[in-house]
Amino acid sequence: MHDLDSLHAAPSGPSTAPPFQDFIKGVWKENPVFAQMLGMCPTMAITNSVMNALAMGLATTFVLFGSGVFVSIFRKRIASEVRITTYILIIAAFVQIADMGLEATMPVSHKALGPFIALIVANCLLLARQESFSARNTVWRSALDALGMGIGFTLGLSVVGAVREILGQGTWLGFRVMPASFEPWVIMNLPPGGFFSFGFVLLGLAWWTERRTRRATMKFPVTLATAEPLLERARG
Amino acid sequence: MSQHLWIFFSAMLVNNFTLVMFLGLCSFIGVTGKVSVAVRLGLADTFVLLITSISASILNKWVLVHAPYLRIIAFILVIASMVQITEMAVKKWSPTLFRELGIYLPLITTNCAILALAIFQTNRGYGFLEGVTFALGAGAGLIIALSLMASVRERLELADIPTVARGTALVLFVAGGLSLAFMGFSGLLTAQ
Repeated sequence: MHDLDSLHAAPSGPSTAPPFQDFIKGVWKENPVFAQMLGMCPTMAITNSVMNALAMGLATTFVLFGSGVFVSIFRKRIASEVRITTYILIIAAFVQIADMGLEATMPVSHKALGPFIALIVANCLLLARQESFSARNTVWRSALDALGMGIGFTLGLSVVGAVREILGQGTWLGFRVMPASFEPWVIMNLPPGGFFSFGFVLLGLAWWTERRTRRATMKFPVTLATAEPLLERARG
Repeated sequence: MSQHLWIFFSAMLVNNFTLVMFLGLCSFIGVTGKVSVAVRLGLADTFVLLITSISASILNKWVLVHAPYLRIIAFILVIASMVQITEMAVKKWSPTLFRELGIYLPLITTNCAILALAIFQTNRGYGFLEGVTFALGAGAGLIIALSLMASVRERLELADIPTVARGTALVLFVAGGLSLAFMGFSGLLTAQ
């Protein structure tokens, strides 16, 4: 449902925001993991350690950047009837490069990520960015957007990865952070842990947003003077 | 025969695509509001899985032995065209189903379960018949996961849940519970 919204609610013209805005929006306001909820399969499947999350984020950022730049270079030549197929083919070519590059440079991570590197092709985030941003904007802006989204995605994966690694193994990026008496929660390394930890992260985020909006909309600050009559009435 | 049974039950329960391997979560979270729609989407998925598996066997046998670096591109292209054909077929034969599935029918293309099936099949060296069994098992697993999730969510509609927890977070907790239940199947059928 999320990928649909972002495909259809896309702005029809080129971005008019300042270039820095194009970059920073992917990191926080339109974060792919927390705000847009695109590409949830890797968010839960490979986040059992921070290292895997970083490798996956890096590979996805590379594919986002390469295909974003490529699509925006050829944006005026791609016929709109076959654009989705063209985007998928461009993305698939970059995924193949990332797959072979990672296998050659980081064989351990490549093995840990398994088929999920190849599955970047089927990550809705890639197609959504090409359709809603790169197809309408200059190469420079598309590169900024792709980098911002890539960093945001890596950040999201690392947060979920950190929760799972700290609770599941007592370590963070391989370093011990929990006291030796800490009994690791094995469930966090197993598939249910992926669902639970991402659920908790989303719940925490929703609670924080709600609390912030409630504070912002509060009419007057609660002080002793304003609270006194209310307390008086409550006491009866 | 026992080999085929093993592949089928392993794909359906022990390594359930959605609940154990995290594949196809977009539709798992997006379309599981109603049981009837969820089951139909599962059937459409199974159909596409079956065709993909057959096409992947053909590609692996005749094309990709000569050009292994074309694997991802070839698979995704075949899947995209197969989904397009399925969409046209459904539109012609059952306009009602076409309307109910709506946009989720073309979106099967970006359902990672389909591409993952083709990749797993290649990595494990399955032949034509084994591939078909694998696709049927994976499809059955998807139907089970989608319908379980949809039935839980239909009940949750009536439950009293704090507003802050409603939405995706709640769906993920339910999925975690289902996934926990499916962990019970691990250890079953370990012999191969």
